[in-house]
Amino acid sequence: MAAPGGNTTKIKVGWAVLFVVTLVYALFPVFSILMTSFKTPGDLASNTLLPASFTWQNYEEIFVGGAQTLFLSALVNSIGITLIATAIAVVLATLCAYAVARFDFPGKKVILASALAVSIFPVISVVTPLFNLWRTIGLYDTWIGLIIPYLSLTLPLSIWTLSAFFRQIPWELEAAAQVDGATQWQAFRKAIVPLAAPGVFTTAILAFFIAWNDFVYGISLTSTEAARPVPAALAFFTGASQFEEPAGAISAAAIVVTVPVVILVVLFQRQIVSGLTQGAVKG
Amino acid sequence: MASIELKNLVKKYADGYPAVNDVSIDIEDGEFVILVGPSGCGKSTLLRMIVGLEDITEGDLLIDGERVNDVAPRQRDLSMVFQNYALYPHLTVFENIAFPLRLQKGRFSKKEVTDKVNGVSEMLELNEHLKRRPGNLSGGQRQRVAMGRAIVREAKAFLFDEPLSNLDAKLRGQMRTQISQLQRRLGTTSVYVTHDQVEAMTLGDRVAVLKKGELQQIASPRELYEQPANLFVAGFIGAPSMNFLPCTVTDGRLSTPVGDFDIPEGHQRAGEGKDIVLAGIRPEFFEDAETLEGSKRDRGSLLEVEISHTEWLGNEQYVYVHYEMDKRVEDTLQSLAEDMDADETRPELVISVSPESKLRGGDRATIWVDVSRIHLFDPATGENLTHDPEAGAELTRRAADERRRDAERAKERTEAAAQS
Ligand SMILES: Nc1ncnc2c1ncn2[C@@H]1O[C@H](COP(=O)(O)OP(=O)(O)OP(=O)(O)O)[C@@H](O)[C@H]1O
Ligand SMILES: [Mg+2]
Repeated sequence: MAAPGGNTTKIKVGWAVLFVVTLVYALFPVFSILMTSFKTPGDLASNTLLPASFTWQNYEEIFVGGAQTLFLSALVNSIGITLIATAIAVVLATLCAYAVARFDFPGKKVILASALAVSIFPVISVVTPLFNLWRTIGLYDTWIGLIIPYLSLTLPLSIWTLSAFFRQIPWELEAAAQVDGATQWQAFRKAIVPLAAPGVFTTAILAFFIAWNDFVYGISLTSTEAARPVPAALAFFTGASQFEEPAGAISAAAIVVTVPVVILVVLFQRQIVSGLTQGAVKG
Repeated sequence: MASIELKNLVKKYADGYPAVNDVSIDIEDGEFVILVGPSGCGKSTLLRMIVGLEDITEGDLLIDGERVNDVAPRQRDLSMVFQNYALYPHLTVFENIAFPLRLQKGRFSKKEVTDKVNGVSEMLELNEHLKRRPGNLSGGQRQRVAMGRAIVREAKAFLFDEPLSNLDAKLRGQMRTQISQLQRRLGTTSVYVTHDQVEAMTLGDRVAVLKKGELQQIASPRELYEQPANLFVAGFIGAPSMNFLPCTVTDGRLSTPVGDFDIPEGHQRAGEGKDIVLAGIRPEFFEDAETLEGSKRDRGSLLEVEISHTEWLGNEQYVYVHYEMDKRVEDTLQSLAEDMDADETRPELVISVSPESKLRGGDRATIWVDVSRIHLFDPATGENLTHDPEAGAELTRRAADERRRDAERAKERTEAAAQS
C-alpha cells in the first residue's frame, strides 16, 4: 500500500508545481502592469517591479483627468460594441448550430466548412479592403462598422463550439418530455434549454473575449471617439506633459478593461460547468 | 385504462424502407402485450408510433375506439419508459418523477404532487435517492426512476422499450418481478418491447413476434411454444432453439438423418406427398431412454444415435448428435438463422436430457422422442403443416382467463387492504 500511496503524493506534488508555474507565467505580466499602474510618473523608468510609493494618480488621469474623454468614450464604445456583437453572434450561432446538430439537410457540411473558411483569412489581410469599402459606404468610424467585422471573428468560432456541444445533447429528452405531456415548446424549454445553457454561456464568453480584445479592426476602422474601442484608444494616450511617458495611464486603463472579463468569468463560472448532460441516458 | 387497436399499421421511413409493415394487433384493456423479434425488426418503431413520436404512414391507430393517428403525444395520455431511460439530468430524482405532474398545470396542488411522488418512490424503493441527480445513480436506480416517471401519472397505458436490457442478470430478474406485480396491481394496459425470451414468456399475456416489420404471430406464450404458426416463430421462441431436421414421410413413418420412427396419423397426412419437410423437434422433446419413467415410454419412439459431445450445466444437460445436412434445405435453414440473428446453422441435433443421465461423447445411445409434439414445416414457405389453430386458441383463452382471475384477485386484495 505504501508504494501507490507515495506515488499519488508524488503525482499530486508534480501537478501542484506545474500549476504554480503556469499560474506565475500567466499572471506575472498582469501583476507587473497592476504595479505599474500605481507608479508615479517619475517612478516609471525605475525598472523595479513594485512602485516606490502607491498612487491613484494614473486612475484619476483616465477617469477624471486629461485622458478622460479619450478613455471613457472608448470604454463605452468597447462595452457597447462588444456586447452587441456577442449577442448577435450567440443568437445566430445558436440557431445555426441547432439546425446543424438536429436536422439532416443538404449543405450542412458546406455551412460548417464555410464558417471555418471565413476564419482562416488573417485579419490584417482583410482590413485594408474593408477600410476602403467602409469609407465608400459610410460605415467607417461607426459602431456597425466594427460590429460586422467582429461578427466575422466570433460567428465561426461560436458555430463550431455550439454545434459540437449541441451534438452531445440527448435529444431524446425532448421526445420524453412530449410523452410526459409537454407541448413542443415546453419540451424544448424544460428539457433542452437547461442542458444547452452552459454551452451557450461558454460560447458567449469566448465570443466576448475575442471582440473585447480586438486591436487591428479597432485601430484601422475608426478615427474618432465615435467608435474607437479601448485597445485602440490606448495607443492615443499621451502623458500629462509631452515629456512624460503615458505608460502609467495605459497600465491603469489596461487593468480597468481586464476587470469586466474577470467579473464575467467569476459570475458565470457555475454556468460553465460541463458534464451536466451526464446521466440522461444509460451507457 | 384503455384498449389499443393497431389496424394495418405501416411505417415507411424517408428512404422508403418499411420498418413496420401491415401490423394489426388488438390490445385489450388491462392486457400486457410483449413485442419480440430480432434487432431491427421494428419493435421500437411500432412503440414510437403508438406513443405518437413517429408518424403513421398508413393504417389506423385507435385508443379506446378513437382514431388518434394525428393526435399529439401529450394528448394521447400514454407514458413510456425509453430504451435508454431519457431522464432529465438537470433535475433531481424527485423532480424527474414529478415532471409529468407539474406539466398538467393546475391539476395537482403542491401537496398532491409531493404525495404522489412519495407514493411512487416508496413503491420503487427510491426514497433515499430523491434529492440526488440521475448522473450519480446506478443503472438499476435510473431504471426505477424512469419507471417512476412513467407510472406516477396514471396514464391510459404504459409502453416499455427494453427497459431492462442494460441491467445485470440478477437485477433484471428482480425488476422483472416488480414490473409484473406492478402491472397486475394497477391493471394498466401495457406494451413491452424486449428481445429477452424469459421476459417475453413470463411477463406477457400475449406475445407478438415480429420479423422485418411484419407480424408473424400473436398468441399467449404457451401457444407460441406449442403451436408456432411458422418456421420463424418456432425457431425464435424457446432456448435452446428448436431442432429442424430434414426428412420425408414414407409409409406412415418419418425418416430422418438420425433414424426413422412412427408419427401420429395427423402428421402423416400433413407430410405425405411432400418431397421434403422439416421436422421441428425441441431439445426438451427428447429424453435419455435410460432415465425415462415407464409411463411416458409408450407416447414416443426410440432412436439409436451416436453422441458427439455433451454439456452438463448442473440443472440441465445437453447432448449433441451430428447428422448429414440435406442440400435441399440448407439454404432455408441458413436464411432462417440469419433472420433470427443466430450464428450459422450446424447440422447438429441438440437434445436435452436429465442431468443424472450418464451419456458421454462417443457413446451409442438410445434416445426417446415425444412424437406427439413434433411439428412439420414446409421448407419452401415456412408454413407449419401440423399447426392446430384450435388447440392454440384454447391455450390463449386459458391464459386470458388466468389474467382476468389475477386481476380480480389483485382488486380484492387492494380492497381488503383499503378496508383494514
Ligand atoms: N430514423 C430512421 N430512418 C430510417 N430508418 C430507420 C430509422 N429508425 C429506424 N430505422 C430502420 O427501421 C428498422 C426498425 O428499427 P427499430 O429501431 O424499430 O428496430 P428494433 O426492433 O427496435 O431493434 P432493436 O432491438 O435493435 O432496438 C431498422 O431496419 C432501422 O434501420
Ligand atoms: Mg429498439
